[in-house]
Amino acid sequence: MEFLVIQTLNGLSYGLLLFLLSAGLTLIFSMMGVLNFAHASFYMVGAYFGYQITRWIGFWPGVVLAPLLVGIIGMLVERYGLRAVHKHGHVAELLFTFGLAYLIEEAVHLIWGRAAVDYSVPASLDGALFTLFGSSFPLYRAFMAATAIAMLGAIYLVLTRTRTGLVIQAALSHPQMVEALGHNVPRVFMLTFGGGSALAGLAGAVGGPAFVTDPGMAAAIGPIVFVIVVVGGLGSLAGAFIASVLIGLLQTFSVALNWSLAGLLDIAAPADTFLGEVLNLTLAQAAPMLPYLIMVLMLIVRPRGLMGTRET
Amino acid sequence: MHRRSVHLFALAAALAATPPALGQEVVRIAYIDPLSGPFANVGDAGLKHFQFMADELNRRNAVPGVRFEIVGFDNKTSPQETLNVLKQVVDRGIRYVTQGNGSSVALALSDAVQKHNERNPGKEILYMNYAAVDPDLTNSKCHFFHFRFDANSDMKMEALTTELAKDQSIKKVYLINQNYSFGQAVSRAAKADLKRKRPDIEIVGDDLHPLGQVKDFAPYVAKIKASGADTVITGNWGADMALLVKAAREAGLNVNFYTYYAGFAGVPTAVGEAGVDRMKQITEWHTNVPSKELERVNAEFKKKYNLDWWFLRVHTQMNMLAEAMKRAKSTDPVKVAHQLSGMRYMTEFGEVEMRAADHQMIQPLYISTFTRSAARGGPKDVRFDVENSGFAFRTDVRIEPYVSAQPTSCQMKRPPK
Repeated sequence: MEFLVIQTLNGLSYGLLLFLLSAGLTLIFSMMGVLNFAHASFYMVGAYFGYQITRWIGFWPGVVLAPLLVGIIGMLVERYGLRAVHKHGHVAELLFTFGLAYLIEEAVHLIWGRAAVDYSVPASLDGALFTLFGSSFPLYRAFMAATAIAMLGAIYLVLTRTRTGLVIQAALSHPQMVEALGHNVPRVFMLTFGGGSALAGLAGAVGGPAFVTDPGMAAAIGPIVFVIVVVGGLGSLAGAFIASVLIGLLQTFSVALNWSLAGLLDIAAPADTFLGEVLNLTLAQAAPMLPYLIMVLMLIVRPRGLMGTRET
Repeated sequence: MHRRSVHLFALAAALAATPPALGQEVVRIAYIDPLSGPFANVGDAGLKHFQFMADELNRRNAVPGVRFEIVGFDNKTSPQETLNVLKQVVDRGIRYVTQGNGSSVALALSDAVQKHNERNPGKEILYMNYAAVDPDLTNSKCHFFHFRFDANSDMKMEALTTELAKDQSIKKVYLINQNYSFGQAVSRAAKADLKRKRPDIEIVGDDLHPLGQVKDFAPYVAKIKASGADTVITGNWGADMALLVKAAREAGLNVNFYTYYAGFAGVPTAVGEAGVDRMKQITEWHTNVPSKELERVNAEFKKKYNLDWWFLRVHTQMNMLAEAMKRAKSTDPVKVAHQLSGMRYMTEFGEVEMRAADHQMIQPLYISTFTRSAARGGPKDVRFDVENSGFAFRTDVRIEPYVSAQPTSCQMKRPPK
């Protein structure tokens, strides 16, 4: 029971962080029709900005300022980069974001070096939130989850309850019509791109201390975020949310389960043969592979994802 | 124009004339280890250890007429990348190689060095392994040009389990290791040793996780907790060790840690108070083993790089290399290897031996426990903390060289002298 509760909480807090990341990516996708390969790089930049601002002023200003700065960078990238290559089609845009990801990684190498930086949990958030049957749940993880839920609420309100939100929604599906009505659609795109990047930046600034802030963090999390967006359905926020929590829980629980094919079939497989090794492979050892397996299955069975609307 | 070319000529002449005038030979040592990626901090610290030792030997003029130079290469902890790097090393005419992080890398490198040496007589490369501890390297995969200056994994586990077996309160042990040759060797040896020494101890978990990929150990820690283990044995190093103890501390996991690499690379900082009296390590040295020379080295190293000295074996290795060159009266790797093979060398901690049969260093080891430093109210003899954390290690027991030495299955072919 203790194990179940703690693992669920661990999985939820990780899943919610993944949602912060994938929300921006899926918004940008529905807007431009192109997957932003540099999205996870904005996550990394957010973590490094958070680290740097924490060293200069403090953790709280960092958590607020880092996403804003990343958002501004995102807007500049859209305005002066993506918009320029847009006329050459989706492939050009895709390649642009791909190159941008490398550029950002090298920039991080140059500025902060190749090793991990010491971006750690602030004293005010260090400690246990509560202790359950002798296992404590870290306060910081709860803070991470709360931030993600607050952002989820904020995005929902902005998109459904404000005029800007309505214009964004309209511009996503019918850009020509919105433009004809006198709205500045390119500006809406720029703002959405900036907003999505800022969300990734926030995920970085919050997630950096919980995990590791190093130049490899973008490459480590990038593929998982793509899995979430594909499984959730390209362009669907609700789908991204469900998929994030699902993947978060899956990764947490699969690590902990020693199920193997041999155990399932209740046979004793010889350990030193190839077949034996496959049969004895535990779910815990296969854990890193599972999200991708799910993505492949999803693409075969239901290519538009859980909540997606179009067949891509 | 004419004037300028005269200047250039003079400069070129001066540059060309300097080295031969002093009669100095430069011995370059390629340091091949991760300088980027999750283990960059470990590789970087190692590189600084070697640079420090090269400076020391040069200053002392340890080998008359020879100047040591360390050339760092980044292998990203990848065996494939290491083989590419070795090609560069060969192309640049470097004849000495040292590496330590990752037995998967060491096995690939050792094999490549062996093949290179067989195919290129007269251009042999000498490989000094300062930290990769997979037992195979000095058993089935041994060869003449590989020298291991660290105790291998089985030797360390033998000592560690002997100490563990004395603690009758230990009933349930959990093994968590990195999923590659070294981590698997640790897990294998731990199970075999415990079965022999304390059959009553139950192994309640045996996890292998991907090397350097796990950023969040909370799920593993919850699993350890659920297993009811009172003790964890782990060979994890670098970020994998620091993140493991960090997650354990956050979850309030109250168990003993028997480790190989707890004193290094951010681990003391990450564990803090939670590790006091509970975390043990086996090493060839730690900052509170009394020593005049290492005390000086540690202080100077700290001043220069703001890092603690960790690898006594780098100190020993470089000194033995210098000694071998002096005895061989040559810097030729074949002649030097013949001197190193079987060399006995006196350190402040007793005599060490580079065993001729398998080129495994036989040396004293120390098991130590994490504790508060004297300045923080800990025992008086804990004078030097690590990572400025206010914590350090204190010796529980010294293990004499003959205790941890193990038989070898190595059948080495020796080139003619």
